[in-house]
Formats: sequence, C-alpha cells, structure tokens
Amino acid sequence: MEKQGFQELYVRNGQSWAISAVPLLAEQCFQEKILKDCSLGSRLVNLFAYQEDSEYIRIFAMLGKDNEGKIAIFSMRVSVAKACFQSLTVDLPQAQLFEREIAEQFALTPIGHPWLKPLRYHKNYRNVPDIWPEIATRPIPGVYPFYQIKGEEAHEVAVGPVHAGVIEPGHFRFQCHGEIIFNLEIQLGYQHRGIEKLMKDVSADRAVQIVESISGDTVIGHTSAYCNLIESLSGCEISPQAQVIRAIGLELERLANHTGDLGALSKDIGFLPTAAYFGRLRGEFLNLSMELCGSRFGRSLCRVGGVLFDIDNEMIKDFQKRLLVAQKDLKNISRLLFMKPSVLSRFEGTGIVTNKIAKELGLVGPAARASGCVCDTRTNYAFGMYRFNHIPISTVNSGDVYARGFIRWIESQRSIEFILDVLNHIPEGDLQLKTNSLKPNHMALAMTEGWRGEIVHVAITDAASRLARYKIKDPSFNNWPGLALAVRQAQISDFPLCNKSFNLSYAGHDL
Amino acid sequence: MGIQILLHLTVMLVLAPLLFGIIGKTKALFAGRWGAPLFQPYYDIIKFFKKGNVYSTTTTWIFQVAPLVYLATILVSSLLIPFGGLKAPVYFWGDFILFIYISGLSRYFIIIGALDTGSSFEGMGASREATFSCLAEIVLALDFIILAILSKQLILSEMVGGTILSSWPLFGPVLLLVGLSYFLVLLVESARIPIDDPTTHLELTMIHEVMFLDHSGWDLACVSYASMMKFFVLGSLFVNILIPFHNLSAILQTVVFGVGMIGLAIIVGIVESCIARLRLNRIPELIIGAFVLALVGLLIILIKGV
Repeated sequence: MEKQGFQELYVRNGQSWAISAVPLLAEQCFQEKILKDCSLGSRLVNLFAYQEDSEYIRIFAMLGKDNEGKIAIFSMRVSVAKACFQSLTVDLPQAQLFEREIAEQFALTPIGHPWLKPLRYHKNYRNVPDIWPEIATRPIPGVYPFYQIKGEEAHEVAVGPVHAGVIEPGHFRFQCHGEIIFNLEIQLGYQHRGIEKLMKDVSADRAVQIVESISGDTVIGHTSAYCNLIESLSGCEISPQAQVIRAIGLELERLANHTGDLGALSKDIGFLPTAAYFGRLRGEFLNLSMELCGSRFGRSLCRVGGVLFDIDNEMIKDFQKRLLVAQKDLKNISRLLFMKPSVLSRFEGTGIVTNKIAKELGLVGPAARASGCVCDTRTNYAFGMYRFNHIPISTVNSGDVYARGFIRWIESQRSIEFILDVLNHIPEGDLQLKTNSLKPNHMALAMTEGWRGEIVHVAITDAASRLARYKIKDPSFNNWPGLALAVRQAQISDFPLCNKSFNLSYAGHDL
Repeated sequence: MGIQILLHLTVMLVLAPLLFGIIGKTKALFAGRWGAPLFQPYYDIIKFFKKGNVYSTTTTWIFQVAPLVYLATILVSSLLIPFGGLKAPVYFWGDFILFIYISGLSRYFIIIGALDTGSSFEGMGASREATFSCLAEIVLALDFIILAILSKQLILSEMVGGTILSSWPLFGPVLLLVGLSYFLVLLVESARIPIDDPTTHLELTMIHEVMFLDHSGWDLACVSYASMMKFFVLGSLFVNILIPFHNLSAILQTVVFGVGMIGLAIIVGIVESCIARLRLNRIPELIIGAFVLALVGLLIILIKGV
C-alpha cells in the first residue's frame, strides 16, 4: 500500500487497508478522476456502494492500471436524503451495469443514465421505496420497455428465459431485419439468490459453501478469491504448498471449461468429430479434479487458511502421465478443428468485437484477450503461485468467434505447461493454517483469473470485525454487454455460436 | 394395381426409418461413440404416436391439417418412383411435373402450418425453407429435364428406368453431373448438414426442424415419419440415376437397390461427420453451385445431341 499525495491510494491484489485510508472526494472530483484515469488507460474494476451509517452511502471506485498491477481506490458520499448521483455512463459505457446495480441495491438514482432498468429484480438493501415501484412484485422482466425498432419490415424475436438446451435462464430480445440482428437486449436476473447480502449474515463455514455456488463452473476461481480475501483481512499468509494446490485446481478448472467450450463450439456448427473428442477430453480434466479433491467441479478444495487436500508423490506421477497424454490429444483435436476450412468459414468474421469496443465496455478474460486486450489477472495482478511461475498473456487480435475459440486452445496449452511445471517441485508446508479474527474497520480486495476472466471480491469489516459488505464481481458481469455488441449486424442464425464463444454465466451475473 | 400400391407403400413405411438409423450409427462411429440403437427412429415414431396432441389456442385448423397433408403428399409422390424390382405403380405422361408440384404442395402446407402458430421462430424457419427450397426446386426441374432428354421420356419412372443403362456409356459425365447436383438438392430437401443440422437444439439456427417446434403427439409423428419417407423417396431417385441395374432380374434389382440405399445413408452420414454446417447466407451459393453443375450437363447434351 502506498499513498501518493493526499488523494491517492494505490493497492495491490490481495491487500487489506483501513477504510479511513480511502480518499473521500467530492462528487464532481470523484467523477472527473474516474473519467480522467479511464481516458489514460485505466479500467473500471469495481464501482459499488456501501451504507456507512444511517445518513450516508459511500460509493467506492476501483480503477485498475493493468500494466502497473496497481489499483487506485477512492470514494464519494451520497446522502440518504439526496439519494441520487450523476451518472457516468454516457461518457464511460463500462460504468453502465455498475450504476444500475447501485441504483437497484441502494435506491440511488444515477441521474442521466440512458437505460435505467433493473438488473436483478430485488428489493433494495435499505428498505426504502425502490426506484422502480413494482420491481419485486412482478415477474421478470416486469413492465420495463425493451429497446425497440419500429417499422414495416423490422421484427422482434424473443428467446428465453426457458431455453431448448439444459442451460441457465435468461431472456434475449432481438430486433431484426430479416436475418440481420439490429439490436439485442439481454435481460437476466432470474437466478438472483441474494448472495452478497447472505455473505455478511452467515457463518464462515457456510459462507465458503455459498461462494462455491456463485457460479457452478467457476468454483475454484471464486473460492480462492474469497479465501485470499479473508486471509488478507485476518493477516494470514498461507503456505506455498497450499498456493500451488490452489493454482493447480484453478488451472484444471480452466482446462476443463476451455476444452468443453471448444467442444460446444464444434457442436454448434455441426462438426461432430471434435465435439465428441473435446467432450471426452473435458472429462479427463474433470477426473483429475475429482482425484485432487473428490469433486469433479473443485468443490471443497479451497478453504480459508489453505486447502483441504494434499498431492502425494504417487498422485504427482499419475497426474504428469495423464496430463502429457491430454496435452497430445488436445493438440491433435485442436488441429483437426482449427485446420478445417468449413469450420474456419463459420468461425472467421462472426461476431466481431473490435479492440476499441472491448476497451470501452471493459471486457475481461479470454473475451478481451481475443480482441487484443492485454489483460490477465494472473500476470497483471499476480496472486498466489502466479507470483513465482508466470504465465505469458496470450492474445489474438481479430475479436471474432475464431479468436475466442483459438484463445481457449492457446490458454489450455499454457495451463497444461504450468501444471506440469509446478508438479515438479511442490513445496512442503502446512495444508491449512488457523486464521485470526478479521481486522476491524478494514477493507480488502482479492482478484483471481477464473476461466471466464477477472473475478473481484471486496469485503468491508465493521468495528466489531464482522463483514459489513461483501461485493462480488463475476467476469460475466463485464462481458454480457460484449455479447450484445458482438451480434450487432450479425446473422441471427449465428447468435447461438457467438453466445457459445463467450459462454457467460447467468448465475455469476445474477448473484 | 391396388396390391401394387399397397406393397409399394408398405416397403417405404417399413424401411424409411432404417435409413435414419444408419445415418445416426455412421455419425456415432465417426465421433467415437456407440450411438443410439439402429432402430431408434422406429422407437421414436412409436413413442410420438402414443402421446397426445397439444394445440396452442392461437392456431387454427391449418396447423392441424398441415402434418396430414405433408404425410399424404410424400406417400403420393412415392408412387411415381420405382423401388428396385418394384415398378412404379402410378405413371403417366408428364408425371415428373406432378412430382415437382406435389413436393411444392407439401412445402406450402408445412410453411403455412408454421406461420399459423404466430411464433417468431417458426416464422423464421418458414421464411428460410421458402427461400432455399424455391432455389432447389429449379435445380430439381433442371435435373429432370436432362433425364427427360437423355431418355426421351416424360414418365418419371422411365426417365430413371432402363434407358439410363444405355445412356451411361455415352453420357456418363452428364449423368455424374446430374447425380452430383441432385445429391446437393437431396441434402437441401432433407435438411441435412451442411445445409441444416437435424440434431441441433438451437431454434435460431434451424431451418426445417424449427417449423415443427409446436407439433406434438400424432402430428409430430406424422411430420417426423414424413421427413424420413421424403429422404427415402428422394434417395431412391438418386440410386436409380447413379446405379444402372435395370437389366438384372427383379430380385437382384431389389438387392442392388437396397445396397445402394444403405450406401447413400452411409455417404450422408460421412458427409455430416466430415464437414461443418454452412453459414446460413452461404446456402444459396451451394444451391447455385448445384444449378451450375446441372446446367453444364444440359449444355453437354444440347451441344453433343442425343
């Protein structure tokens, strides 16, 4: 933690600091600083509200400088009586969803927000009248208008919330002209479980299980962020051994999902051989995860203070052998997929997100790297084992379905290399350490790179060392608007393919 | 003639689903799976027949009639085509025009049946079906014209009958071109990859299947069964054109025909396993390709003379 001047607080991933250290700016200063920093290349990592006392709500902004690995934190106050603040969305599109979230959670109106609709359809945390009177009483999507195109030849297609496959619920509203999509509006919120609110009410034992179910396919990503956060708040430094095992778990999760996605992409274009082979390969990685911690999806691997399961020598040898086979298979199958002209003709040029749009929307993870953004939490804001074993950032520039598929192949290769590398020298140490109580009146930040991208958890403790606010940001929260823009001017029949190339989490967005 | 018709229909009703079973098995083997049983299509149809119908209140009688008309048109069109040793029970001068118009009629009914639901998915499917099949129809007509010129016949079963045998030595290239362009029409008409993906669950990408999303029970059984028989009918034309077996005894003809049909199903399965589906706006290009193939065949005949 370092202080620069009077108004700056820069932190690094995994640090904790006293709330009093966070600069408090006037509203106008706050906004100018966000706009200025973002115009200079910073990215809005988080923007969230916290009810300080009965009179004030404090809004915290976290701006990430990706190339320096630093995060600037500052805040402003909104009085409960005023209950509104000036919206930044028009100048800074990436603030769009954050502002809607604040409006919904704390009933503060972002003045000048161009599309102020509910996000998850729940009552606000303050128990005051909501901005939208009927928000919690009507079924989603309520009585709020969808963006519409009028005209003789324009037509509207509504898809969901119940879909043809076994997937999560979400509503998609297309405005089309023939086969061309003019606009897509995505309405989620069906999976809202109130996780952020739950987190501060439940015991630590239950909290970790709730975190494991934020998004069922990103268990280790979210759980390790939660554990890093609580360890940081309680001043606990876990053993290198536990860090290695967490990293192995995280990379196995990435491998399973990336290969599964490549299979799903093949299936969507009707290319059967790779659809089946990638599916089998996904099973291999899930099985490794199963042997590591008894759960194919990495449940109960990470716990605060370390991990619950060890890797012995026999297991290391077994893992190495199986990973080498998987590495070869992955290479062969990926070649089959990415060398096939009929596959390339479907992938290339479909659903393009340009680098400019990716930056404006603040995309993260593989979706951003496929559009040429150099951002990877494992490298930019290195945490745990990644501080010692660096994973090079892979990027592709075309921003289409091909790029988002190809990046998954490259990243899978890097992940296997990483696991094979760390398996060679797993340090000795305690699996799990005991943690102290949390520091009072502190704030902490933990970011991990889940397979979808940057996961951000932030916690604030009160004077009695209890959690007073827990803020979760799943990468899907950043990336859903990316999908909406990717399909503009695309063929509506290509939408499922674009959707699969992002493969975002509904539950992670809805919390 | 009554018995002939009955026999003809029975052969098709019994064997048509088997071809889909063979396609499914071929695809499964290519993907390294065992796949569904060979007789799965039969089980599916029996299952559909056991279920009740559900009708949306926005639909009218058109929606309920469409599956029956679809089934009936396929049954009628099958009577114009020989199945190996079984001669076509119905034939008359110019019946190939009837064949084209009957398939037009069946398409018309499934399209208005789909539009009747008022669903945006079915509307999109109907629009796609109309676009692609009206292009494919021209190619089909062109193929028939070439066959008519070659055989100097206007009866469909004669056009693909014995005279093809004498055309092969002289006009082999023309028949190959016709066969190839007809194969593409076959893929379009029976909604197979690379045009349509019969196994996908994604409504937004479907062409043929999406028009039957709201059908259930008997209606669904009718349309699924009819689609399988349509493949059988179109496939048997293909086998008749490409394999000149008409001088053999009736039993041998039937054997060759049967092997040819199984071979066709395997070829379709292999095609589906080896290439990805085309992007929707590329499909017209494929059909135009088929048209050009047929046109070249026609040019050869016109220039060389029969």
